[in-house]
Amino acid sequence: MTTPGADENEAWPLWEVFVRANRGLSHVHVGSLHAPDADLAIRNARDVYTRRNEGVSIWVVPAEAITTSDPDARDAFFESPAGKNYRHARYYDKAEGVKHL
Amino acid sequence: MDTTVEQQRFDELIAADSRIEPRDWMPEAYRKTLVRQISQHAHSEIIGMQPEANWITRAPSLKRKAILMAKVQDEAGHGLYLYSAAQTLGVTRDAMTEALLAGKARYSSIFNYPTPTWADMGAIGWLVDGAAICNQVPLCRASYGPYGRAMVRICKEESFHQRQGFEILLELMNGTDAQREMAQDAVNRWYWPSLMMFGPPDDDSPNSAQSMAWNIKRFSNDELRNRFVEMLVPQAAVLGITLPDPELRLDADGKVVAMSEIDWTEFHEVLAGNGPCNAQRIQHRRQAHEDGAWVREAAAAYAAKQRTAEKAA
Repeated sequence: MTTPGADENEAWPLWEVFVRANRGLSHVHVGSLHAPDADLAIRNARDVYTRRNEGVSIWVVPAEAITTSDPDARDAFFESPAGKNYRHARYYDKAEGVKHL
Repeated sequence: MDTTVEQQRFDELIAADSRIEPRDWMPEAYRKTLVRQISQHAHSEIIGMQPEANWITRAPSLKRKAILMAKVQDEAGHGLYLYSAAQTLGVTRDAMTEALLAGKARYSSIFNYPTPTWADMGAIGWLVDGAAICNQVPLCRASYGPYGRAMVRICKEESFHQRQGFEILLELMNGTDAQREMAQDAVNRWYWPSLMMFGPPDDDSPNSAQSMAWNIKRFSNDELRNRFVEMLVPQAAVLGITLPDPELRLDADGKVVAMSEIDWTEFHEVLAGNGPCNAQRIQHRRQAHEDGAWVREAAAAYAAKQRTAEKAA
């Protein structure tokens, strides 16, 4: 099993790339790339991921700086919201037909 | 046979037509198949820059030069998306590059054909990129997440490639007799190799069944090939170009009912390294890799120096 960014064999570290499409929107993950340092990661990300005006701002983050939840434990980890559909507005159907509610 | 919990979980995800992600357990054969397919695909994009780069300096106008450069830059970008997807499977970029340079990894046989005329830029866009789109659209739903996501980006960009090729041919067909002849000649040369891009016929495609069972591949080689020809026929009519297959027949619904036998000997010869440009393509790639070594080394040395300076500060 490989962890992204933790591969000793890659000469250059892995960077995760986030692009903001426009002011008012979040930076969204678009992909990853390998680069020797942050400056080149930003420049390469511009060339690889924004050739068609996809963004006005780029973040690059060293992949090894990202901590992820354990995929093998996901069922237990995300169990809490299960069966709690009263957290959603559509659970309350008695108000059907009443306006502005 | 005993199935492990992990295998069971994997089978359930595939059966539900869900996606496998890099940190999920996967069967070794699935991983190997993906590494082979994605890296071949990446190599094809990178080698595929060469036949067109051949015409950048000689494009007939500044506009065409700018378009061709944008297209070749896209191919480089597509190669990078795909190398990144393959790297999530635990294979390194260097290992893939070395396999290509050593002749151990394949790339699409189509890029071993020469591009002697400007009309070849049109035929490549229309036929080669057209065939690639036909192959790639179903791959957007491939079961391995990073591969599917790379394909979505690639497909969005490819449609410009095909349209600009069509436009080049259309302009030539509206030109002089000599230009029309040049366009027809290019289509005559690229038509059959582009049909070979879909791979061997279904009864001679040993890996297809397993790839379909894993939801990597969604349609058979022959299904996709026929679909492609069915799209080409009305487009060829718009161009006023003749597809070089006297046996080709479509029914009233536009479905292929007959076509000539594809020369599979040629396909296997080109794959085996005996195409017109195989040696030249790899030689050029090796040269470019070696010429770029100092840039990679300098960038790494600079990054190391900066890190040391930061620590000292």
